[in-house]
Amino acid sequence: MTDADITVAASSRTITYRDAMREALRDALLRDERVFLMGEDVGCYGGCYAVSKGLYDEFGPDRIRDTPLSESTFVGAGIGAALNGMRPIVEIMTVNFSLLALDQIVNNAATLRHMSGGQVSVPVVFRIPTGAGRQFAAQHSHSLEGWYAHVPGLRVVAPATLEDARGMLWTALQDPDPVVMFEHVMLYNMEGTLAATTGPVDIDRAAIRRPGTDVTLITYGGSLSKTLAAAEALAADTISAEVVDLRSLRPLDGETVLASVARTRRAVIVDEGWRTGSFAAEVSARIMEGAFWSLDAPVARVCTAEVPIPYPRHLEQAALPQPAAIVAAVKALMGA
Amino acid sequence: MGIFRMPSLGADMEAGVLVEWLKQPGDTVARGDIVAVVETQKGAIEVETFEAGVIERLLVTPGTTVPVGTPLALLAGAGETVVLPIPEPQPSVSPPPPMRAPVPLPSPPVTSPPVTMATAHPPASPAARRLAAERGIALTAIAGSGPGGAVLLADVERAAATPSAASPARGLDLAQMRRAIAAAMARSNQEIPHYYLSTTVALAKANAWLTERNTGRPPEQRLLLAALQLKAVALALRRLPEFNGSCIDGMFRPAEGIHIGTAVAIRGGGLVAPAIHHADRLTVDEVMARLRDLVARARSGRLRSSELADPTITVTSLGDRGVEGVFGVIYPPQVAIVGFGKPVERPWVVDGQVVPCPVMTATLAADHRVSDGHRGALLLAEIDRLLQEPGSL
Repeated sequence: MTDADITVAASSRTITYRDAMREALRDALLRDERVFLMGEDVGCYGGCYAVSKGLYDEFGPDRIRDTPLSESTFVGAGIGAALNGMRPIVEIMTVNFSLLALDQIVNNAATLRHMSGGQVSVPVVFRIPTGAGRQFAAQHSHSLEGWYAHVPGLRVVAPATLEDARGMLWTALQDPDPVVMFEHVMLYNMEGTLAATTGPVDIDRAAIRRPGTDVTLITYGGSLSKTLAAAEALAADTISAEVVDLRSLRPLDGETVLASVARTRRAVIVDEGWRTGSFAAEVSARIMEGAFWSLDAPVARVCTAEVPIPYPRHLEQAALPQPAAIVAAVKALMGA
Repeated sequence: MGIFRMPSLGADMEAGVLVEWLKQPGDTVARGDIVAVVETQKGAIEVETFEAGVIERLLVTPGTTVPVGTPLALLAGAGETVVLPIPEPQPSVSPPPPMRAPVPLPSPPVTSPPVTMATAHPPASPAARRLAAERGIALTAIAGSGPGGAVLLADVERAAATPSAASPARGLDLAQMRRAIAAAMARSNQEIPHYYLSTTVALAKANAWLTERNTGRPPEQRLLLAALQLKAVALALRRLPEFNGSCIDGMFRPAEGIHIGTAVAIRGGGLVAPAIHHADRLTVDEVMARLRDLVARARSGRLRSSELADPTITVTSLGDRGVEGVFGVIYPPQVAIVGFGKPVERPWVVDGQVVPCPVMTATLAADHRVSDGHRGALLLAEIDRLLQEPGSL
């Protein structure tokens, strides 16, 4: 396979996050015959979020594999395949279900390189939809990215843009260690323009999605669009907010975060996880450790209300970080 | 129990700005401990307490300007509770503390007057704190624009950019100092009937003694003629106490100790005359050490309240400025100022022979309400006599 085999339509096109992710899957399947996708309903059904729709027909049941409803089993199988030289992409339907496979991910995938003295690698990629907003209720809607970001041996990424949806998968597959990729369920229908030339992207660095001077809003994944909306609203009040998309939760790009906070002297972290013991708390602590003397205000967080995500729409929306809450948090910091 | 008040740091001082608390409620203080920093026309002054106890409450927020005599803090003994008395009318001129009769505390009032509770540490962001520390700007001197009045980085940057505020807490405002000098000197010349005396003092013996004492000493430890002059004045005042004290409303009060205000010129203009306490009891080496310390602190604007409040006479020496005589203006409520001119070589008659001899002009300006020229002459003669016996100083 060469790059020339990869189909590109025009110089740029309108595309959804779902389509970009599918393009990334197809690209990987075409580029590397060791790559295969497995998970619940990823084959005949096309994936419960339709990400892999059509791939079963194109690549067949050997490379697009439907699995039993047993996360521990198929995640373990993916780890085994990776140990034996394959490049598996394992989709777990939702982060809530991934808890059934947490033993495989944390005790096996993350540890085997270290416990074998470097003799084995586990080059597996776990794709895990996460987050709330689609009224799937508490057992399908949580944001547990921070739990995985806690674990050494894993790399945790969260594509929040079309470019990252298109570009992160291939880079993740090149990593010799397990990568957990969180795809927020509200992003799949996000539509935008993507350059035809868009290809693999780094999975190391945070990105400044909007430059600003008064406050740094730090977020990732599904909260990026809400945070950008909040920044837009703040601009109307002459508050210039910089928006940092972390992209990678582990390792965390502290350099970009601290440099931004040093410029703006204020930080608000937006995280769909619960506040207590959250990934936002980790970011806040990093800022305290690295940028305390640059701060003009205490670090603030906008997180999900400390309840299991409710089913009714109005309660679900009330529980989640929203642009208005982000704006309010910023104004409180500014004394505005 | 007691009250820590805005001190009078000179007769010309009517009010001061409390810049910083160096003690907090609950802290135990001993007599002489530095409790607060007060900004005056003479710079930022470290204010000591005259009473021992425990700081019960701080009554004034840093940054506040209050008249002399205003209670700043309440001090309690162990287990005591202090009740704030009704503020008493302030005298227009507050005498220096050693001469002030103890003021009995009024009986506790039924209701306490409203007081401003001090916030010990003004809210300030880490970024503001760091910049303020780097620039030597007191946070208390900066108006905060953040939530709850917190001082932010931009506030410090603004303060740092304003020349007058660049060193409001720990510096010298020369314009203010000039106004203070103007007020004190104008008052002096209006109120005090000065008389002036002058004499020439041979310095051969003093110089020889200094040369001998300074042999082998590094420059920073060498004795200067100024130390001998100060010591001579101090000892002379023991014999002629009517030049050591204060005159208030026509009443002279001799001072309890001999605290010589030593005029220090400030670079860029201005003058301050902090006291060397009990100069008559110090050795010449000790006087020299105090002098070096005072000059350094006076020029950096870091004097203590007692040094400014209680000089009992002033000595001014323009010796190194190239003039032979200085006729001073008395700093009220003091009653005398002794001046020393530049040492010069002059023909001098010693044992019937004309020889070259180092000499200087010593002058006295004194308050005619308190003393007469005859006594003034005795003072200068005594200073002369002492300088001819430097070994006895």
